Amino acid sequence: MKSFNYHAPKDVKDASKLASSSSAFLAGGMTTIPSMKLGLASYKDVIDIKNIKKLSGIKVSGKTVTIGATTKHVEVATSKDVKKAIPALAKLAGNIGDAQVRNRGTIGGSISNNDPSACYPSACMALNAVIHTNKRKIDAEKFFTGMFETALKSGELVEAVEFQIPEKADYQKHPNPASRYAIIGVFVAKHKKDVNVAVTGAKSCVYIDKDLSKKLSSSFSVSAIEGSEVKSSGMNSDMHASAEYRANLVSLYAKKAVEAC
Amino acid sequence: MLLKITCDVLRIYSGRRHLMTKVTLEVNGKKVSKEVPDHTLLSVFLRDNLNLTGTHVGCDTSQCGACVVHVNGKSIKSCSTLAADVEGSKVTTIEGLAKDGKLHPMQAAFKKTHGLQCGYCTPGMVMSAVDLLQTKKNPSDQEIREWLEGNICRCTGYQNIVAAVKEAATKM
Repeated sequence: MKSFNYHAPKDVKDASKLASSSSAFLAGGMTTIPSMKLGLASYKDVIDIKNIKKLSGIKVSGKTVTIGATTKHVEVATSKDVKKAIPALAKLAGNIGDAQVRNRGTIGGSISNNDPSACYPSACMALNAVIHTNKRKIDAEKFFTGMFETALKSGELVEAVEFQIPEKADYQKHPNPASRYAIIGVFVAKHKKDVNVAVTGAKSCVYIDKDLSKKLSSSFSVSAIEGSEVKSSGMNSDMHASAEYRANLVSLYAKKAVEAC
Repeated sequence: MLLKITCDVLRIYSGRRHLMTKVTLEVNGKKVSKEVPDHTLLSVFLRDNLNLTGTHVGCDTSQCGACVVHVNGKSIKSCSTLAADVEGSKVTTIEGLAKDGKLHPMQAAFKKTHGLQCGYCTPGMVMSAVDLLQTKKNPSDQEIREWLEGNICRCTGYQNIVAAVKEAATKM
């Protein structure tokens, strides 16, 4: 791994000041560090944000669950508040990576990295999340802009993610057998007025399957999407799964998720 | 051009000035303090700076789990953690489990049930399994297998590893 300067600021202002075009914010480091070790990324400054107290924690209000950026997956998975308000979100967090990754990895890191097969982005999309940064609030649908790309600007730091509490929701994932990343993952959330079906792992970026969402909005049942064909165009194809296989999995796992709601 | 070179030299110099950091940890109950480059991984710190080579490095991409150690009681992958990042923490490695020459119940169980062949993954397996039993006292086979998803073994087929964790659960 190439050398860098390590910083551990105590507040967001200092962290933001240290940021440049050749810096990275470090939270759990479960992606950042392996990327640097593999030579896929190198930075002059690595800015560890874990000492910034206000970035960690879980708050539940009447309609939303707000999770601080440096809150670890294990904390979300085992939180009584999250389990009560949005059990599907706790379940999702409890199946990310493995136990050791969950002991370090954070929600802010996951969404800022926007890996095409990360789990959290699908929850953000399906649960109409609002991403709070040190500069503004961004709707999830505008936050995830492409493969490993987000709307975040240089020096902009995710502070928290605010999820809308749905009536029902479930997340189903077909994990890669080694990394446990989603070969595909489907997050179905039934809100008062409509249903969102968010898909991760299938394409270069998380997306809402409009057809499935529309069908489930008019009737929330497995039969409403039975026989719906998910198109494989634009889907990822690799040694783990072809585009056609992924398309089939999306349709299958959407049904599984509705069934489990 | 000259200005550019001067700037580059200054940049490199100013960068290097801050590349070392002092890391103080409590490792296996003993306080240690070392000046290391900022980008030193915890696995490197343990193996190269402290000579604690029981922590193994397998895949080096955080999937195999051979490098698992405990930081403040929780299992983590030391190959994907900076030493500077855990400054001030209590670290337990495989060398810290046995007490007074007596194997830890998890180590004894791995030995008794033949939960290892080549032994390369074993330190990580043991550290991970100890954390599992701290989290859940009597895990089912399924729970053990799920917990050990982050520890890859290429020899045993896992059967005897699961048996070892079950055996240890009766002793811990």
